[in-house]
Amino acid sequence: MSDTAVPDATAPEVPFRILPALTDLNREFWTAGARGELRFLRCNACGYYNHPPTMICPVCHSKDLAPHSVSGKATLHTYTVNHQPWMPGPELPYVIAIVELPEQAGLRLTTNVVNCPHEDLVIGMPMRVTFEHHSDGDDEIYIPLFEPDPQARAS
Amino acid sequence: MSKFVEKSTVISGIGQSDIGRRLFRDPLELTLDACLAAIADAGLTTKDIDGVATYPGPMSVPPGFSGAGVVDVQDALRLDLGWWSGGIESPGQLGSVINACLAVAAGLANHVLCFRSVWEGSAQGTKGRASTMPGGGGGGSFRASGFMEWTLPFAAPSAAPWIALMAQRHFYEFGTTREQLGQIPINARKNAGLNPKAIYTEPMTMDDYLNVRMVSSPLSLYDCDVPCDGGTAVIVSHVDTIPDLRRPPVHVDAVGTALRGRPSWDQFDDLTTMACRDAAAQLWTRTDLTPSDVQLAEMYDGFSFIALAWLEAMGFCGHGEGGPFVEGGQNIARDGGVIPLNTHGGQLSAGRLHGYGFLHEACTQLWGEGGARQVPGNPEVGVACAGGGPLAGALLLTTHR
Ligand SMILES: [Zn+2]
Repeated sequence: MSDTAVPDATAPEVPFRILPALTDLNREFWTAGARGELRFLRCNACGYYNHPPTMICPVCHSKDLAPHSVSGKATLHTYTVNHQPWMPGPELPYVIAIVELPEQAGLRLTTNVVNCPHEDLVIGMPMRVTFEHHSDGDDEIYIPLFEPDPQARAS
Repeated sequence: MSKFVEKSTVISGIGQSDIGRRLFRDPLELTLDACLAAIADAGLTTKDIDGVATYPGPMSVPPGFSGAGVVDVQDALRLDLGWWSGGIESPGQLGSVINACLAVAAGLANHVLCFRSVWEGSAQGTKGRASTMPGGGGGGSFRASGFMEWTLPFAAPSAAPWIALMAQRHFYEFGTTREQLGQIPINARKNAGLNPKAIYTEPMTMDDYLNVRMVSSPLSLYDCDVPCDGGTAVIVSHVDTIPDLRRPPVHVDAVGTALRGRPSWDQFDDLTTMACRDAAAQLWTRTDLTPSDVQLAEMYDGFSFIALAWLEAMGFCGHGEGGPFVEGGQNIARDGGVIPLNTHGGQLSAGRLHGYGFLHEACTQLWGEGGARQVPGNPEVGVACAGGGPLAGALLLTTHR
């Protein structure tokens, strides 16, 4: 190990997470965070974001779909403060949320809200994506989490 | 004859095994106890049974979720079947019973034995529900796929947070409160006190409810049903067999099975309701009866909020009006309520018999066999509704046609 690997006691610990099995369909979603991008499979024919991803566009039935980056902005659609230790994971209590993306009505993600006191959570508040990096075998996975969007707040 | 073929079917008998928090009994034994009780209750013998239906069929994961499959029962009772079906892909747990109605109406069978058995209490032992969650053992090389790909990486493995997310959205849009939602578990506990087979029977106050530990806000421990062991069975028969039955049956007046939104816990178009919205709406297109004709409602309460969603979906109040409707508890009270709800204690207090308990109780009440918990006034119309999230199936039942 190099001398740069000395643990930083002030850095937040990355929690245990069950990671997704990567496939050709979902790989971009779970790995594009390496470049700071949130990517969804999108139909090249009609522009529909197809999530969770499937081979055929559910709107126009085109098979011409490709990963497409979105803004990473979202609004908090709903949330729960989870107190139950279901499994090893983030420190209890932690926030499970559904965020909705501005790119398409009803395009939502289940996620965790981080960097936000629980008492500050308000449905409808502007959020932005932040990624949590996990290495597992050959896979570099970036879990998309959401935090309050300070730019949207200031505006 | 009506074009709605379910009207040619009846519930002719019901049965239940011993029910307990943890019985440590053979799940097939519990299943067969329920099946034999239902067959006898109908006044039939195993020789009369020519169809079998179940939910979800054989499953080893999660532990205790399924006590037996169709072929286990067929072989154990040496049944000769003209039709059979078991599986988890159906309009909720009672979708299996609705399948049976359709098979009977189609002439494939005259008497279909329908069952659902669970042994989740014993299977979970003292380790709790989390022990049965995917990846609940904590790590190794397990990777999430399928629907769980979108929840497990976020430490959301259970329907508790999924339903909590819906409840919170309902609270936000309509101003629903925990004090309102709490009437559903409090009402259930009150009714369970009159049910000798219920798991939890000691009275629950609003203070008890508001002070118990939180699971996933706004849902606390008392908003979650209680895992148990037990089997439940019902017999679906053709109306032409009524002369062969032990007593006048309960008629199936209408069923609802629709699935119109996305079959997902987070992508559904309106997270303040569930698939029950569409199944219930469909049911009312298949009958001349209306919600105001219904005298009792046995509605899935795997989590309290699901029962609230069913109350709204079935039209006992408007969408979003569930909170004020249940406030104070009078409207859903067994004795004198507008619509007595979960008169046996529901899954919240009588045990997670997983859908079938509601149909069993609706029939018990319509036959006037509720004993201490009997709804007064000889009720003649009731509903049994089961399923949460993308699962929903409902039956409208009457004592006459
Ligand atoms: Zn398309």
